[in-house]
Amino acid sequence: MDFYTFLWTTFGVFVTLATFSFLYKDNPFYKFAEHLVVGVSAGYFIIILWHNSLVPNLFQKLADGDWYYFWLNSSQLWYLIPAILGVLMWTRFSKDYAWVSRWPMALYIGISTGIAIPLEMANRVNKQLYAMMADIDWSNFFGTNGFDLLDVNSGLSQVIIFIGASAALIYFFFSKEHTGLFGKVATFGLWTLMISFGASFGFTVMARISLFINRIQDVGVWGEAAWDSTNPNYGAGFQIVFWLMIAFVVGYIINELRLFARSKSKAS
Amino acid sequence: MKRQLPFALVFLFGIFMLFQYFVPHEKSEWVYEFLLDWVVVIGIFALALGIWSLFRVSVDKIKLRKENYGYSYITLAGLFVMVAFGFTHRVAEPWGLYFVWIILSLLCLASLMQLRASTNSGQKKKYLASALIFLVLAIIVAIYDDAWKFYFYTAEGLENSMFRAFFDYILIPILSTMFALLAFFIASAAYRAFRARNVLATLLLIAALVVMLRFCPWIQSGDTAWVSKASNWLMNVPNLAGQRAIVVGIGLGIVATALKIILGIERGYMGKG
Amino acid sequence: MNIFDKLMKLDRRWIFLLLAIVCVWSYLVPFDIPIMTEPESEAIYSFIDSLPPGDIVFIAIDYDPNNLAELHPMTYAIVEHCWRKKLKVIFSALSQNGPGMADQAIRDISDSLLVDKVYNGVEFKGREIVRGVDYCFLGYKPYYALIILGMGQDFRLPFPNDYYGTPLDSLPMMRNVINYDQVSCVIDLSGGNITDAWISYGQGRFNFPLALGLTGVMTSQYYPYLGSGQVFGIMGGLLGAAQYEEMADNPGRAKEGMRIQFFAHLVIIFFIVIGNIGFFMTRRQKKKEVS
Repeated sequence: MDFYTFLWTTFGVFVTLATFSFLYKDNPFYKFAEHLVVGVSAGYFIIILWHNSLVPNLFQKLADGDWYYFWLNSSQLWYLIPAILGVLMWTRFSKDYAWVSRWPMALYIGISTGIAIPLEMANRVNKQLYAMMADIDWSNFFGTNGFDLLDVNSGLSQVIIFIGASAALIYFFFSKEHTGLFGKVATFGLWTLMISFGASFGFTVMARISLFINRIQDVGVWGEAAWDSTNPNYGAGFQIVFWLMIAFVVGYIINELRLFARSKSKAS
Repeated sequence: MKRQLPFALVFLFGIFMLFQYFVPHEKSEWVYEFLLDWVVVIGIFALALGIWSLFRVSVDKIKLRKENYGYSYITLAGLFVMVAFGFTHRVAEPWGLYFVWIILSLLCLASLMQLRASTNSGQKKKYLASALIFLVLAIIVAIYDDAWKFYFYTAEGLENSMFRAFFDYILIPILSTMFALLAFFIASAAYRAFRARNVLATLLLIAALVVMLRFCPWIQSGDTAWVSKASNWLMNVPNLAGQRAIVVGIGLGIVATALKIILGIERGYMGKG
Repeated sequence: MNIFDKLMKLDRRWIFLLLAIVCVWSYLVPFDIPIMTEPESEAIYSFIDSLPPGDIVFIAIDYDPNNLAELHPMTYAIVEHCWRKKLKVIFSALSQNGPGMADQAIRDISDSLLVDKVYNGVEFKGREIVRGVDYCFLGYKPYYALIILGMGQDFRLPFPNDYYGTPLDSLPMMRNVINYDQVSCVIDLSGGNITDAWISYGQGRFNFPLALGLTGVMTSQYYPYLGSGQVFGIMGGLLGAAQYEEMADNPGRAKEGMRIQFFAHLVIIFFIVIGNIGFFMTRRQKKKEVS
């Protein structure tokens, strides 16, 4: 890692710690990081839209035309129509002409809803129902080695999946009151759903903790780079920057403790 | 015209795309590809709406001197600098006056913001003069500095090391840290809200604990290896059953809503008026 | 106020502090935890491992920096596995910040491929990864559902150029590649709704083998697709990434993160248990006071 990259990594650590400081309380460093990322993110997206979308999908298609004729002399003139429709979307900001933006929106909504119907029906509904109606493996009903209730491929597991999914679907049927046998089946479906949500919660905990782990690892990489004397680019600058950052963080913590102690003594 | 034409367009294109799925004819495929091309171009302009909205909100915040308006300068500076990096690339070894040009441009932008915010005509003249001076200097630097160039129609800007550095060392750390805060909130939520109040909550809790313990090294082998197996069974049997019902329900919901939109029964997306 | 009431009213910042201390401590203390692989991840590894050199794998990097922690290690593990085996890779990035993530991953992994390495007892010589020969990065376009459909006709339809502005027809590896038919499989690494589009609009319409790399939050929701055969493998969260690294014998951030993950889970379970004990004791006391 060269010194230039180390400086950038240090800035990354600074904004990481600034964002984490929100856990204690809102403060100017957090606000700085928050506003910076909003601006940088918007700027990044403009560039990606321009270079990856606008240039290849519009300007290059009209490249044989001239901009001072508004590309009307291009051989693929029809690409101006979606461009005009896209610009018409901007009329949303006008009080008097906002209705014009409905035309291009209607085009997009019509196309996407039309495609959605057969594909979602086939893939979310039909294929899932086909899977539910698969043959039950009677030869392996209680699992491998004769009796293994935790075998996911056993016939018993397939029956549980079928009954559980059907019962959960019955639970979602709100046009009939959930009483009697219907209600009991719906309750079983609810139990199945609760197990799904519990599994989902377990994974969610793992997911959220992973995000924090990644930040610790990034700060750790920065710390290791500051002390990595085997690095051919290593110099005194690494240590200076490292200790400046540590001093900044410690100074901020001491200042906050001081303010906290002062507010406590005022309150008492 | 204001509402009938859009609904007619939704119906026509919706029905066409629905039936096109079942028609393998060449002409049908050609129209389908044509429409896909159009939608991408329209989408590009539509996405730019959000960015314009952000720009307008930040500028208004500065103009009206709202609370914490100073941070809006940071937002606008970040936006401008990233756009500038994305349209430029170094062509010679040292950077030359590239960063001088960036600073002059930022000062011009700041002067324009101050011009918009000031009410006094004397101040307006001052800010206008300073904006013009910075703009002229920036143009002179851009014309005469050979160390870097503008690239609008080719994508060299995407490989600009400053563009990449801003993404790698500003965007990634801040965005990922903002979501990393959730780790602490989930711990706090688990402590305060996760109670085994009834059978359903207990079932949820047990399922969550089995999944969370699945990779504990001390229970993956020996007498407690069944916990990992139980976790695997839980994911592939009852969880699959419950999620399958949800997936089927969502699929039916999407189809129903899409049909309602095509047939004009659902009109909320058009807004008022 | 007894201890249980105090526990119920504990300032959440103490919870934050304890979690932070445990996570940082477990990062600083080096020890490995064994990673047991699961059939869902094994299916993906086996599939990639069975492909002959020259085959093309399509990797959709559809996540943003907020999902980086779980999905970036998957990207690094899979792409390095593919390139070590001399498979060609087509990247796409249909999420807003995905192109930057993909660009960073391609640069880093290309650098690591320059070095000779031994994985699972097999020596792989270092080599240079060449754009247009070993990989093609298509880039970003808005409206992912329609883009996925468009790529099924021809990659050039939505992507006439790659991310760097080079026409696809001028890239050697894309010469005979028209659409998904020439691709061995698609691996979607996603943290959001784009996965649904790959399943319904991609795999559902064009029938290519599809595997998913998902964040932990989403993983349990996609098991029905595994059960119905619409996807052949799922890597779920950091554990899924660690399992792939374990199988590929390429330990990285995911494996390192799992030991921190384990202690953090113990802390969360501790909080849940304490919270429930406090809840039941407080409820019992209130019942006694009422009676």
